[in-house]
Amino acid sequence: MNSLSVDDLTGIKDLTRADIDLIFKTADAFKEVINRPIKKVPSLRDITIANLFFENSTRTRLSFELAEKRLSADVVNFSAASSSVKKGETLIDTVNNILSMKVDMVIMRHPNPGAAKFLSERIDAKVINAGDGTHEHPTQALLDSYSIRERLGDVAGKKVVIVGDILHSRVALSNIYCLQKLGAEVMVCGPTTLMPRYIHELGVIVEHDLKKALEWCDVANMLRIQLERQEMKYFPSLREYSMQYGLTKDILDGLSKKIIVMHPGPINRGVEITSDVADSKQAIILQQVENGVAIRMAVIYLLASQIKR
Amino acid sequence: MEKQVILNSKHFELTIKRLSYQLIENHNDFSKTVLIGLQPRGINVLTRIKSQLEAILKKEIVCGDLDITFYRDDFRRREQPLIPSATNIDFVIENKNVVLMDDVLYTGRTIRSGLDALLAFGRPVKVELLTMIDRRFQRDLPIQSDYTGRTVDTLTSERVSVEWKEIEGEDKVVLYTPDENE
Repeated sequence: MNSLSVDDLTGIKDLTRADIDLIFKTADAFKEVINRPIKKVPSLRDITIANLFFENSTRTRLSFELAEKRLSADVVNFSAASSSVKKGETLIDTVNNILSMKVDMVIMRHPNPGAAKFLSERIDAKVINAGDGTHEHPTQALLDSYSIRERLGDVAGKKVVIVGDILHSRVALSNIYCLQKLGAEVMVCGPTTLMPRYIHELGVIVEHDLKKALEWCDVANMLRIQLERQEMKYFPSLREYSMQYGLTKDILDGLSKKIIVMHPGPINRGVEITSDVADSKQAIILQQVENGVAIRMAVIYLLASQIKR
Repeated sequence: MEKQVILNSKHFELTIKRLSYQLIENHNDFSKTVLIGLQPRGINVLTRIKSQLEAILKKEIVCGDLDITFYRDDFRRREQPLIPSATNIDFVIENKNVVLMDDVLYTGRTIRSGLDALLAFGRPVKVELLTMIDRRFQRDLPIQSDYTGRTVDTLTSERVSVEWKEIEGEDKVVLYTPDENE
């Protein structure tokens, strides 16, 4: 199959296994492209893409913008902080205004879960979800699984633990869907207060002891504590969280096997992961960032190919 | 569908040998020349010519594979997007002579994309084109090959297929003509 089964990328939940394999195969080709002397291909030179960021982002926004530019698309940027949203404009009005400027694709990050889905049902342009509140962050999950595949050869049969703030993390939910579709076993680990109540219904193992979780896994994905989304205290102090769930070099070296450490960024050094772990050979954090551009190029390319002239 | 063999395995082998000697006439010891096959079927031409040249010259020839999917001019005009193949060019083409290789030269659009794709790897001194089959009078663009295995006159409705021992079981070139009622 040469095309995606979906019209928009709002979440991993809607993708099939074949879709994910197709994205990975296409990303392989783009990874080669971004390591060439001239890192640009002309495929999307007649496509215009709007990056709508209603929430702060550095990495994801840069990564999407680079991916778009390396595909030769025209790019317009929008950030809520400096826009009419502050003047009371609704999401659909904002987007319709941008679309009347003939935009073919919208990349959107929004604080409300379901915002991307809402938009995709109301506009003709292609929508890619770059994170919707605590719901999904599909391209991050794709690049995480792609990085595991690159390092370990395959995702199927691997044991992956996601550690930290599962309750507020869109990365966790998208990763769970993606890893399971690719045949990996998934465990979540964190304090009870940061664990969604019905998480086990997703078919994941729940563990509260970090050391046990790390002994079990092949890959540990360390999430950031999302203080900006926490409206109340979920743990007594950052120090206490870090004592129980922070990954240190001592813990890593004390394990019976060499595991791979991932982090979706931005890192709070010394909280969920110490500097020496983040900079160690077992960490593939910077490879994740590189793969992010290739994965986003693949997703944009595949969705753009559905836009008929 | 009527089937006509244009080159049988004996002529096929002779053609490969002739093309190799023609390349040697122009490129001497290949110290400043690299060969690049266009994915997917140009790779077969490249592999065969490379082994022939290496047998004659007793030295290794620098070769690469080039995929042109992202440079095609029919993106979004097809029902299904094309899935890219691998590009393997781990050398610098700056100041080198490049010989591009493909199996059939037809409209010239693939070669046009290939030239664009090639320039992402630097500025070669000269680019030449080698094709096993040239379907002349069918060109959409002003592109010609420098080394041609066999020139054939065909109709647009016809199809020319270069087949390989390694893939199809026999070296040959076949012209398929649709029946009148097809």
